[in-house]
Amino acid sequence: MSNFKSLAFIAAAATLLSACSTPVKLAETPVVERAPEKAAPAPADNRQVQPVTTASVDPLDDPKGVLANRSVYFDFDKYAVRESETAVVQNHAAYLTKNTSRKILIQGNTDDRGGAEYNLALGQKRAEAVRKSMAALGVSEGQMEAVSLGKEKPKAQGNNEAAWAENRRADIVY
Amino acid sequence: MMIMKKMSYVVLCAGLMLGATGAQAQLRVEITGIGSNQIPVAIANFANESAAPQAISGIIKADLARSGVFKIIDGAEMSETAPVSYDQWKSRGADALAAGSVQALADGRLDVRYKLFDTIKSTQLSSMNNAAAPQFNRLLAHKIADDIYEKLTGTKGAFSTRIAYVTQSGREYRLEVADADGEGIQVALRSNEPIISPSWSPDGTKVAYVSFEKKKPIVYVQNLVTRQRTIVSNEKGSNSAPSWSPDGTRLAVALSRDGHTQVYTVNADGSGLRRVSNSSGIDTEPQFSADGQSIYFTSDRSGGPQIYRMSVSGGDAKRVTFGGSYNISPRIASDGKTLAYISRRDGNFQLYALDLASGQELRLSDTANDESPSFSPNGKYIMYATESGRRKSLAVVSVDGRVKQRLTTQAGNIKEPTWGPFMK
Repeated sequence: MSNFKSLAFIAAAATLLSACSTPVKLAETPVVERAPEKAAPAPADNRQVQPVTTASVDPLDDPKGVLANRSVYFDFDKYAVRESETAVVQNHAAYLTKNTSRKILIQGNTDDRGGAEYNLALGQKRAEAVRKSMAALGVSEGQMEAVSLGKEKPKAQGNNEAAWAENRRADIVY
Repeated sequence: MMIMKKMSYVVLCAGLMLGATGAQAQLRVEITGIGSNQIPVAIANFANESAAPQAISGIIKADLARSGVFKIIDGAEMSETAPVSYDQWKSRGADALAAGSVQALADGRLDVRYKLFDTIKSTQLSSMNNAAAPQFNRLLAHKIADDIYEKLTGTKGAFSTRIAYVTQSGREYRLEVADADGEGIQVALRSNEPIISPSWSPDGTKVAYVSFEKKKPIVYVQNLVTRQRTIVSNEKGSNSAPSWSPDGTRLAVALSRDGHTQVYTVNADGSGLRRVSNSSGIDTEPQFSADGQSIYFTSDRSGGPQIYRMSVSGGDAKRVTFGGSYNISPRIASDGKTLAYISRRDGNFQLYALDLASGQELRLSDTANDESPSFSPNGKYIMYATESGRRKSLAVVSVDGRVKQRLTTQAGNIKEPTWGPFMK
């Protein structure tokens, strides 16, 4: 059906355009190739039931669900998952243990003070802290990779504590 | 041969000369400090140098002035074959005189000839004849400047070497290669993700770097001539901080494959991976020593980051830095005697040099956010990343801290410099 609709639209638009641009009147009724409509075949057996499955909603795709929060924040110069952030880790760990085919990248980040490479190593420590917490909650190592973006991909720009705090972070990326 | 004359700080017309020769440059070089001992050298205008796309003598003068080691005395046009009135040059204060000529050959190449004279001893010090296509005009001039520098200071000149660095403008990151004076910029890699830690191979044909193009840091080696890229390390976790062994066969890298960042070595083709450091903390930023037998690296095993040294085969590490609580990014001079690094003192990240024999520390910058030091191949200068305004720029300082230059771009940030080697 949608094929037919778009064809009809293109044809109509073409007519309009040509009406604007050419003084010569063209055929009034454009020839449109119709996609042959599939007539539902007469059921051979009207007691046969065709099953329908609704698309199941992956909780990962729910923008209001707990899994929408994918950032774990850290204190200044600290590389352990703090109490207030454990819920984020637990929620994703619960999902991953139920969905063992899903894999995540844990990207550690730092604020922009200091050297690129040392910050890369510090960001790695944050990513590893999240990885270890998840492993302790039963997530298999094969589902996780802890990496670091160091100070290279700051979420917040600025030379102030608010920006720095925003960048002391590990992100869970599916 | 050493000609050293005590000179008071003389402000040269260097800035003006650079302005004239560098009008097309996207990188602007500004001299902010000069040496205290300057050798007075006269550079004559080369005969027929208008045959070259840019005046050879102008490029030579700009190089020598930028080094901070010379006081330039301008000379009228003089061919290398003309008779030298030594007394006249001596009375003008010149310890040495360079003269030369340019000739367009029938095949389109330029034949550049030069001679260097010692006006004190009334003798010829050096000469060079080189023919090359006009696009190598600047290179020919840099090679003459290298020769003058070497004959008058005893140290090999680095004017004909190149630098590589990363620019960031909006979402675009570029790895660029330029001549040491910021001219002749060529783009080696363009990416929408960060590029860090470029490192020149000892033969100058390849650059190793870390690219984030695959959502994580991976170490590549790129052949600058053939464009071929090789993944040197893409282990699980982060792959970073490449640096070449002096013979160019292996790289030291920092990997997190074993759960935390440690130092490994790997062949330049990605084979033969071997773990070298073994601590429970962070070990990163490995750098081979000049003799290739040890590796300097940054470690937080004592709390804050400090610089250590260990054998290339691993084992015990010796702590090298003790001043301050945060010392990172070790780089070793080609003679193995000086260590450059970044130290945080009173909240400022600044460039320091450590004399390894005496343990004497020297602060070389007075800026607040310095990073990524890199020695010139003759060990006389250190290029590093710094900030001017809120933009990232590059700076060069002599190892004695006296000569200073700043390199800025017209727009965007420029960082992660690495100074290339001498090339054949």
